[in-house]
Amino acid sequence: MRSSGIWLATTIAVCGFVAVPATSWAQQAPAPGDAAAQALRQEIAQLRTEFEARLAALEAKLSATGGGAAPPAPEPAAQTAAAPAAQVPPGAEGAGGPGGALPVYGGGSAASKVFNPDMAVVGNFLGVGGSNSVNPAPAMEMRESEVSFQAIVDPYARADFFLAFGETGVDLEEGYVTFPTLPGGLLMKVGKLRASFGKLNTAHTHILPWADRPLVTENLVGGEEGIGDAGFSVARLIPNPWIFLEATGQVFRGDSGDIFHSSERSDLSVIGRLRGYHDITESTNVDLGASYARGHNASGIVDQTDLGRFTTELVGVDATIRWKPLRRSIYHSFVARTEGVFSRREQPDGRQSSNGFYVSGDYQLARRWFTGARYDASDRADDSSARDTGQSLLLTYWPSEFSQIRGQFRRTKYAEGVTANELLFQFQFSIGAHGAHAF
Amino acid sequence: MKIKHIAVVLGVLCAVNSAPARAQGKLNVIATTEDLASIAQEIGGDRIAIDSIAKGYQDPHFVEAKPSFILKLQRADLLIVVGRELEIGWLPPLIQQSRNAKVQPGAGGYLDASGQVKILEIPQGQVTRAMGDVHPLGNPHYWLDPENGKGIARAISEKFSQLRPGDKAYFEQRLADFSNRLTEAEKRWLAAMAPYKGLKIVTYHRSFPNFTDRFGLDVVGYVEPRPGIPPSPSHTLDLIQEMKRQNVKVILVEPYFDLKTPNAIARDTGARVVVLAPSVGGVKEATTYFSLFDYDIATLVTAIKASGAK
Repeated sequence: MRSSGIWLATTIAVCGFVAVPATSWAQQAPAPGDAAAQALRQEIAQLRTEFEARLAALEAKLSATGGGAAPPAPEPAAQTAAAPAAQVPPGAEGAGGPGGALPVYGGGSAASKVFNPDMAVVGNFLGVGGSNSVNPAPAMEMRESEVSFQAIVDPYARADFFLAFGETGVDLEEGYVTFPTLPGGLLMKVGKLRASFGKLNTAHTHILPWADRPLVTENLVGGEEGIGDAGFSVARLIPNPWIFLEATGQVFRGDSGDIFHSSERSDLSVIGRLRGYHDITESTNVDLGASYARGHNASGIVDQTDLGRFTTELVGVDATIRWKPLRRSIYHSFVARTEGVFSRREQPDGRQSSNGFYVSGDYQLARRWFTGARYDASDRADDSSARDTGQSLLLTYWPSEFSQIRGQFRRTKYAEGVTANELLFQFQFSIGAHGAHAF
Repeated sequence: MKIKHIAVVLGVLCAVNSAPARAQGKLNVIATTEDLASIAQEIGGDRIAIDSIAKGYQDPHFVEAKPSFILKLQRADLLIVVGRELEIGWLPPLIQQSRNAKVQPGAGGYLDASGQVKILEIPQGQVTRAMGDVHPLGNPHYWLDPENGKGIARAISEKFSQLRPGDKAYFEQRLADFSNRLTEAEKRWLAAMAPYKGLKIVTYHRSFPNFTDRFGLDVVGYVEPRPGIPPSPSHTLDLIQEMKRQNVKVILVEPYFDLKTPNAIARDTGARVVVLAPSVGGVKEATTYFSLFDYDIATLVTAIKASGAK
């Protein structure tokens, strides 16, 4: 990791070094008759060619070592106008690829960016004021920098990677291949992914309408990490004349944060979800879901041996109503949502049957202003007698589609008898490829 | 055993579901916008069944990827898209979830309609988001030029013929007929707009470059300070100054934008706000690709006359 960072830095430095003189040379008109200058120029041009070849070799080496981010391509200004060109392959145009002539790959310029995946980074800065002795968060934190790489693999598959960089470590949030065109109308994903349990579990932090996750997620569904694991996912639409109906089945290794723990190969966790969606009018629609999850938990582990073989079962129900008038869709909208989760956790001191829910509403006041409220309550998974409740009020401002500033007042009453009043402020910003909006 | 049962039930349901479509033998076509649907209907006649996703009166950049659209795509033989990244915010997840191999990008049933048209405003040099929500592949609102309408129709006709070789002559005949009618209509529209050649106007978003280019209007400013960025007070003041200086009397607005700022500018400058249909279905009069131009030209001419601009 460290050495690849040095490689990257070197590459960038070399790129910059090559690009600057190249541009300035290109702008100078040749002085006719000045043979010495001409020779010098040729010498420099030759040097440049060699340099670029070496640079290309370096880059190839770098990508072969899998050194993280792709190396920056040489400055376009440094490309020679006379570089051999090829036409954009049919279909690539308009599908995210550039138009017109492209350089031939393997040529001196090595600017073969066409097949690079779509890359984006979403920054999530979170600050918290007020006091909270039960669940203290730092005053300010670059909570997550999510790097995404997304591209079509071949005619049969596409791949998506989401790397979540914290301030200190990196986590593969999701990384999977999708086969969208399997026979039988199946949509299959293989890799590490967030499980299809309810609405929130699949949602990445930056698309939530809040700066945090509700108590029911924190207490029962694995917190910020949620249920996310390596495995298979298969989803199918169930044909019927009335509504959109989708059934999803997933099998995972069985390791998911603090919720599932796998001690043996057979300790797989399973997830099932049924989702129905219907347009009531062109502006209003309803989205209903029921989910089930089962896996082994870590409560029976003594000295790294799972003595108890205890399991956790979760049942979730969710409902969302959306309103967005099409003629004024960029100015006004409303989303009301609720999710309830029932958890049955076997543990050495007996079974704990806990439940929790949240209900929230988000209204768009104007093109760039959103306001929202949330009420949530949840028992704790390992102690159903401990119930936390919370309320939040939110205001979000979007300077553009690519950034947002959010304030959230949160009042949480913990089972310990502590009440925490906090003000959360969040800045989110994204650079890179324009991702699709979540629905 | 249980799984087998479920599989059988699913299989039966699936067969029942897809049977009627196959029996009719029509090409099942989905277009992302009503404009493309209208042109596809002109070419496909009774040999296709057409449906569209975005309504003409909604902002085509911000369509929601509703699951009900997945159902439309699932059954499609052909998907026609505007391209140039217009649909980038909502179409990819729909295609991905459609479970339909035919309409995946690059497959035979995926047509980017922008292949044979004139694209304006392709950014030169460095592109950054500091310029707002720019489209690196050029302005995607290209269908508002009848000549581009012919290009779209040609691409669609070729694709139809490729998918239904037996009906090639039928599609080609309808393409020729459509192009001829469009040429005739275009003469009429150009004649109506001829007296106002070079007229300076302002538009809200950059939705009309191909329209203004074809019909000889000169766009001197935009209500949006940058594409996708809502009006700011300072930009609005600058725009008012500029409009007064250049004596601009017409502001074109798409039906999905708020009229508050355009109206305020109009009050200050004596200009008229004209809500034009940027798409078929944008207003109720614009039901086809022809009536779209009929409506827009007639509305514009009326407004220009009333504004007193020459």
